[in-house]
Amino acid sequence: MKHFMRFSKISKAFKEVPSQYVYQINPIKNFEPIKQFRVIDLEGNLIAKEYNNIPKETLNQIFDLMISIEEMDNILYMSQRQGKISFYMTSFGETATTVGTTAALQPQDFIFPQYREQGSFMWRGFTIEQIVNQCIGNHLDGGKGRQMPVHYGSKDLNIVTVSSPLTTQVPQASGAGYGFRVNGENKIAATWFGEGAASEGDFHSAMNFAQTLKCQTLFLCRNNHYAISTPTDDQFRGDTIAGKAPAYGMRTLKIDGNDLLAVYNGVKYAREEIIKNKEPFFIEFITYRIGDHSTSDHSVLYRSQEEIDSWKSGNNPINRLGLFLKKQGLRQFNDEHDNQIRKDVRNRVIAALKNGSEQQSPSIQDLFTDVYDEVLPHLQDQYTQLREHLTKYKDQYPINKFKGGL
Amino acid sequence: MLRIVHKLRCGFAKMTVREAINSAMAQEIERDQNVFLIGEEVGQYQGAYKVSKGLYDRFGKSRIWDTPITEAGFTGLSVGAAMYGLKPIVEFMTFNFAMQAIDHVINSAAKLHYMSAGGLKTSIVFRGINGAAAAVAAQHSQCFAAWYSQVPGLIVLSPYDCDDARGLLKAAVRNPNPVVFLENEIMYNEAFEVPDNVMDKDYLIPIGKAKIMREGKDVTIVTFSKMVKFSMLAAAELEREGISCEVINLRTLKPLDRNTVIESIKKTHRVVTVEEGWGQCGIGAEICSIINETNAFFHLDAPVVRVTGADIPTPYAFNLEELSFPKTHNIVEAVKLVLK
Repeated sequence: MKHFMRFSKISKAFKEVPSQYVYQINPIKNFEPIKQFRVIDLEGNLIAKEYNNIPKETLNQIFDLMISIEEMDNILYMSQRQGKISFYMTSFGETATTVGTTAALQPQDFIFPQYREQGSFMWRGFTIEQIVNQCIGNHLDGGKGRQMPVHYGSKDLNIVTVSSPLTTQVPQASGAGYGFRVNGENKIAATWFGEGAASEGDFHSAMNFAQTLKCQTLFLCRNNHYAISTPTDDQFRGDTIAGKAPAYGMRTLKIDGNDLLAVYNGVKYAREEIIKNKEPFFIEFITYRIGDHSTSDHSVLYRSQEEIDSWKSGNNPINRLGLFLKKQGLRQFNDEHDNQIRKDVRNRVIAALKNGSEQQSPSIQDLFTDVYDEVLPHLQDQYTQLREHLTKYKDQYPINKFKGGL
Repeated sequence: MLRIVHKLRCGFAKMTVREAINSAMAQEIERDQNVFLIGEEVGQYQGAYKVSKGLYDRFGKSRIWDTPITEAGFTGLSVGAAMYGLKPIVEFMTFNFAMQAIDHVINSAAKLHYMSAGGLKTSIVFRGINGAAAAVAAQHSQCFAAWYSQVPGLIVLSPYDCDDARGLLKAAVRNPNPVVFLENEIMYNEAFEVPDNVMDKDYLIPIGKAKIMREGKDVTIVTFSKMVKFSMLAAAELEREGISCEVINLRTLKPLDRNTVIESIKKTHRVVTVEEGWGQCGIGAEICSIINETNAFFHLDAPVVRVTGADIPTPYAFNLEELSFPKTHNIVEAVKLVLK
């Protein structure tokens, strides 16, 4: 081959791969959109029979929890309007995703939540009282009154504390998943984030890392159609979030998030694959946020009641699971019994609120602990100064409202 | 590692600050299975500034991680790895680039221990070059000492010489809290004699304790990092004119050792602070406030004089850059001013 390059003296052949090339300009825009995996239809009829494999007891426990969360969310939302707690976020319409997923994971799996996963917490045993005490911020709060409501966490339950900045938990899950793989552990890091949070830069980095470094990480995107007031059309283009995942080289499932059986089966499959292949997996759940984003939101300002009602009555995870259980004879439906369950939960939440509001605040000392592993000298000084001030002016402060007093 | 250290005389060796940091990291990675180094170009390229030279060949890719170009990504990943129980040393090519990841350093690493009521630990060392180098202009020359040392939950260290670099970095790796470790590119090439004990694999410097580099009785100069060098040169020059300066190398910016500063003021009654960074809300400003709110105030014979970088983004042109940062003569002038 004659060389026309001035500075190239060495002749060496280049390895061609002919199948890589095309000879016409045909830009790619839309890949085939990924379809949602579904087991039951909107009326709870079983369609994909081979996935009807969840034990009856588990299904009933899941159903009980889903209706309990609905009641709890209702009361706590109202209690914010009544000034009993400062803030709350409900999870109406999304509990099949959180409860179903957590039921399909193992207890040793780390969960990195966003903020709407009371289903995950409660399936693992987080109680109504723990939730209410955290929302109030009293001395019984495991978080020592440090965080806004719904920002709970539990080391015992392997659920990392909720952190407000969006999507920061996602690369953290890549990191933890890396640790699990390197140490050969039968554990995965499962991380939740919304379709809006997936716009953050951290999402891209986390996905890229997880596949490139082979992390035992399960990415769980809950596409509930709204990021506060931003509808999905204004959030992204392309085939929802799931459409991005294969581009990272990652195995991907899109699941009908209001179909509990599909959620459970899909997550169980993904977990097994992660442990077997030692690489990450991506799941997007398509669901709908029936309630407001939070107590600071009033969603009818940006969406129609008609749209909300069509999901609430026409494609509701609780209804679909309930109808499935009834049609399969897996649960005896009895109005009195079910109303009693709901009533018991309501009463328990109300009692927790009452009891919680009567509790003392976390101790004054806890203002300064946990900043570092020990209370460093400059913080000790500040605590001493505070005590001196409070001692001198104790008539001006409600000292007895703090656990341990002065 | 020892082959790059030149034995000058019995009990002492000569090494550069770069070699000091390299040897400290190597010893810690050797000592503890959970420690690893992560960052851009740290592995096969031997480090953007060659600080991690030889580590990849010695420890392999399971301990020295080259990453894609995403500070947000690898810092977030490191926080997750630390929560799990590993011990990352995160290298930022410069702390200027760490701004891309600063949410993870502050909202995650610094605050999570407190926010989780002790449940989540984020034991990480964030290290990299800080402040001005030479001819790298505004986006590569900022000093972040003031920014990070304001944040509760962080420990902030800034070494000057090899002794500092080795002892503080090893202490940082062994400390359970997140540590921001501010190095200096110009200092990397400076060589110092180090006694044998500093080379010991368990040589540690206490965090939160400043070092008196040079004792004196007329003025206290409080400084850190590269400015220690210029302060010492200024002190030598002033000595010739009969002025005796006590130079304090802060070593730790958070928690700042106010006691050493106060005790020195009781002796000298005059203070000059020196920093490369901008004056507003800087380390010098903090020293002034500390003096103001303690009994050290009543020992002052003159107001504190701050020597700081000019309040401008750093220019590129050599002559302009020279004028933007404190030099020996600025410190000498400041001392004379405080003595007037």
